[in-house]
Amino acid sequence: MKMRIQRNRLIAIAALLTVVVMAGVGCKKKIADPFPASGVVAGWEKSGKTQTFDAANLYEYIDGGAEQYISAGVVGVATSDYKFQGSVEATVDVYTMKAADGAKTIFEADPATSDSKSVQLGDAARLYGQSVVFRKGSYLVRITAFDAVPGGGNALLALAHGVEGRL
Amino acid sequence: MQSRREFVKEMVAGAAVLGAGTNFAWGQGRTAKSKVVIVRDAKLRTPGPAPDEKRVAALLDHAMQTYFNAQNSLQPWKQIVRPGQVVSLKLNSMGGRAISPSVALVAAICERLQQAGIKAGDIIVWDRGSRELESAGFKLSNAPGAVRFIGSDTAGYEDASVSYGSVTTRLAKILAQSDVLINLPVLKSHNLAGVTMAMKNMYGVINNPSSLHGAACNPYLADLNMIPQIRQKVRFVVGDLKTAVYEGGPSYRPEYSWNEDGLLVGEDRVAIDTISAQMIERKRAEKGLNTLAQKGTPTSFLATAADAQHRLGTNDPARIALIEQRIA
Repeated sequence: MKMRIQRNRLIAIAALLTVVVMAGVGCKKKIADPFPASGVVAGWEKSGKTQTFDAANLYEYIDGGAEQYISAGVVGVATSDYKFQGSVEATVDVYTMKAADGAKTIFEADPATSDSKSVQLGDAARLYGQSVVFRKGSYLVRITAFDAVPGGGNALLALAHGVEGRL
Repeated sequence: MQSRREFVKEMVAGAAVLGAGTNFAWGQGRTAKSKVVIVRDAKLRTPGPAPDEKRVAALLDHAMQTYFNAQNSLQPWKQIVRPGQVVSLKLNSMGGRAISPSVALVAAICERLQQAGIKAGDIIVWDRGSRELESAGFKLSNAPGAVRFIGSDTAGYEDASVSYGSVTTRLAKILAQSDVLINLPVLKSHNLAGVTMAMKNMYGVINNPSSLHGAACNPYLADLNMIPQIRQKVRFVVGDLKTAVYEGGPSYRPEYSWNEDGLLVGEDRVAIDTISAQMIERKRAEKGLNTLAQKGTPTSFLATAADAQHRLGTNDPARIALIEQRIA
């Protein structure tokens, strides 16, 4: 009898934790945890907490930029800061769209630049001097460095592959 | 460092008196035009992420003295503020450190304000979000007697709503506490309004910016800037042009950014945004992109802001005296 009570109590606690965790991420059931831990990708350290925003409060993160994503059916975004070799800061944004078409819409809205190139990653990817953008299914990922990254595209692509592998 | 003029470009044509109700009377000299000063310094950058502090301070002084035809670096600030006033600096830091007013620029302005008689404790550096300020490199602080660095998400908003035209909103308490607001925007394209610079930065002083983004932010942008607390308290604009974004804004997009390495100062928010839109259009043309209007993000708010109902300033290039200088 006592064991049954304890087991029921454990089940209740687990259920509560599940609810809390879901609430903690804003019930963004479709947002994965795509962020590689520090050291998983060579040279990259996860330097900030993961933050999440859903469609309703996306403007708090990207202000007027939110409209474009909302129109394309964004569910939410998870974002985290990284540092490369302890110095260069970067931000990884993982947008979850309702459907793959939404990710494609956002991806294709960005004009190519003379120094950008398509790369093999996810369903489609484009590498720029200080950033890389790719889409995979309903995910649209944007990695933005705030300064030139030593090793350039290779370092950015390594982190991008680390994220892509977790989607 | 004593700066030297490499070139001066001044557009002077016609004369017209700006509309009554505008508050940009200083520094206009004998012309009735709206003066906008841009000063650039090709040596502003350092090998690291932050600009050269001394050159930023010199750039600020040069721009302000040029605008006010002043003989020293304090005179301009004494025309903007008076001892005893609470002065706040409203940043646009949402793009993070790479596309935010620099810490060095804010420090230089705070120093000049204090030299002009403003107590450190009466200076507030702020933006909509604390997270944004921190990401731009500012350390949050609310210590009495010192310059405060706080976000509106912490300080809160007024309980009462204010309205003008299409806009009903609640203002940031920091704005209400301020006697003078100095607007510190950055130059970016905006995927709704076309350009975000002086006027759009005021979306960060209200509680409901997301409700004002329809129809290319028009007439919301003009109406918002007509709210008396915003129209009257915003006394000067110091735009950080170190980096600017011509596509994909308002987020930081390094692939669509360029180094302008300068400052833009002025009082007429419409003239400033008009010049800013021209800069973005030039860069877009240089990069082979279509115009902002062709892209579907027209800067239609500029005409509204200048119309007879608003008279916030001028969007007529012939009525703008643009002075561009370069520090050697």
